[in-house]
Amino acid sequence: MSPLDATTSAPDAIVSVRGLSKHYKSGLRALNNVDLEIRRGEIFALLGPNGAGKTTLISIICGIVNGSEGSVHVDGHDIVRDYRAARGLIGLVPQELSTDAFETVWATVKFSRGLFGKAPNPVHLERILRDLSLWEKKDSKIMALSGGMKRRVLIAKALAHEPRVLFLDEPTAGVDVELRHDMWEMVRRLRESGVTIILTTHYIEEAEQMADRIGVINRGEIVLVEEKNTLMQKLGKKQLTLSLQSPLESVPEGLREWPLELSGDGQCLTYTFDTQGNDTGIAMLLRKLGELGIDFKDLHSSESSLEDIFVSLVRGGV
Amino acid sequence: MNIHAIRAIYRFEMARTFRTLMQSIASPVLSTSLYFVVFGAAIGSRMGAIGGVSYGAFIIPGLIMLSLLNESISNASFGIYMPKWAGTIYELLSAPVSYVEVVIGYVGAAATKSVILGLLILLTARFFVAYEIQHPFWMLAFLILTAVTFSLFGFIIGLWADDFQKLQVVPLMVITPLTFLGGSFYSISMLPPVWQKITLFNPVVYLVNGFRWSFYGQADVNVLVSAGATIGFLLICLGVVWWIFRTGWKLKS
Ligand SMILES: Nc1ncnc2c1ncn2[C@@H]1O[C@H](COP(=O)(O)OP(=O)(O)O)[C@@H](O)[C@H]1O
Ligand SMILES: [Mg+2]
Repeated sequence: MSPLDATTSAPDAIVSVRGLSKHYKSGLRALNNVDLEIRRGEIFALLGPNGAGKTTLISIICGIVNGSEGSVHVDGHDIVRDYRAARGLIGLVPQELSTDAFETVWATVKFSRGLFGKAPNPVHLERILRDLSLWEKKDSKIMALSGGMKRRVLIAKALAHEPRVLFLDEPTAGVDVELRHDMWEMVRRLRESGVTIILTTHYIEEAEQMADRIGVINRGEIVLVEEKNTLMQKLGKKQLTLSLQSPLESVPEGLREWPLELSGDGQCLTYTFDTQGNDTGIAMLLRKLGELGIDFKDLHSSESSLEDIFVSLVRGGV
Repeated sequence: MNIHAIRAIYRFEMARTFRTLMQSIASPVLSTSLYFVVFGAAIGSRMGAIGGVSYGAFIIPGLIMLSLLNESISNASFGIYMPKWAGTIYELLSAPVSYVEVVIGYVGAAATKSVILGLLILLTARFFVAYEIQHPFWMLAFLILTAVTFSLFGFIIGLWADDFQKLQVVPLMVITPLTFLGGSFYSISMLPPVWQKITLFNPVVYLVNGFRWSFYGQADVNVLVSAGATIGFLLICLGVVWWIFRTGWKLKS
């Protein structure tokens, strides 16, 4: 992780957060000197356990919570001094399902567009509702919709004013598979049209599938920001698992130089290695097994997922 | 100026009224009609005229003010309290709108409803008592000024309240007593001398009397004092709203 230059931001940064801290009145320090740059047009995933400060960070950028120290610029506009320009560029899908129960879908989406200062555009709104499979429901009252449908409505509201930066705060929490799929389709389409997307999620597979870059936040501090692929390479570990012909009592003396683990029933040997190293040691290991007369019926290798990486990061294991 | 935002908020609020037409228009009109029947027709026929105006006609401006205050406060406070309660306020807070635009939208809609309601009550009164309006322009001016001022006041209550009880406590415990004691049903000259002095601290007295002057050309207090007091209260409310939005008090953590 390279420290950010405090005075200049990268030319391709659309959101730049500098030295941002937040103390809630309760005395809790939810964010601690956060520096973060989001690049124009990327999909950025912010990962972190519950209470890490993800929602607080997003809320400050969007103007819902006041920051205590530091500054945020959106496309060069200070979010406090130049809030109109900054906020006009942003769309937010909040974590909570907060909707106007008595409004119709159409009315609420139309309201959002107006609120963000855009002239009415029924064609655009229709396209959004169709993309989100909400068109048939456009005259329904929101309270009559299911949770998943309400989530779609919130997305439609966030997109109504054609934002350039879209924040999705845990968009897939408690959402069915179909909606998840639709949502990622939409996110990809938006990205193609140049929209920058920042999402927080618990589901690491999502970050893995969708994101260009990943930031990890824990206890109000950004622990790491990295290209997803680099991150996977750097921290990724591979495992080789061998299913043995006949069970072993313990790992034989002759195999001590490899970090091996034997399963409880003695049927499987697992070898963990870094993908970084030039020599994985696999060839040597297999030769040694042959010498010792240990036969195996099957072998497979697996790559550690972001989940593993994440857990080790948050536990302070890096 | 984000005109589209003002329009969006205003429309949203007006739509809410029309959804709840019974509650927001029909019920105040009905209850005021009952006042006319009881005080204007039944009891009023036994009461002497006040300053040459029949009792039934005398109470019309006061009754309209009564509804106007209550409805302005409840409409505006409810309008801004609901999004806070439902959590939809996030959108307002994240929108590129200034507090001026938010206030124009919410308070404008609440005041519009109140003015419509006031005019409806005025029409309804025609069925029960004969009255005249000597200064229609001033009548309308007072109606609008009061509606705006108390919608603004209600807006502040809605921002301040963090539960339904607080939302209702001010209208119930402060406004209702003040309006009943504010000379809606009597001329303050009918009170004992000490109370005549004390009553002058009640702001509603100025509203009711200014309004009554526009009908019958006579009132307990000078009409300019009435207008001045109302405008003064309006400015105080504007100051408070400005401060709330500047500091984010009760709105942003
Ligand atoms: N309005 C608030 N007042 C006080 N503390 C808060 C408030 N909102 C959030 N917090 C606290 O700040 C921390 C970060 O919360 P949040 O940003 O919601 O985390 P996340 O979205 O990563 O789960 C948590 O400890 C949470 O309890
Ligand atoms: Mg959160």
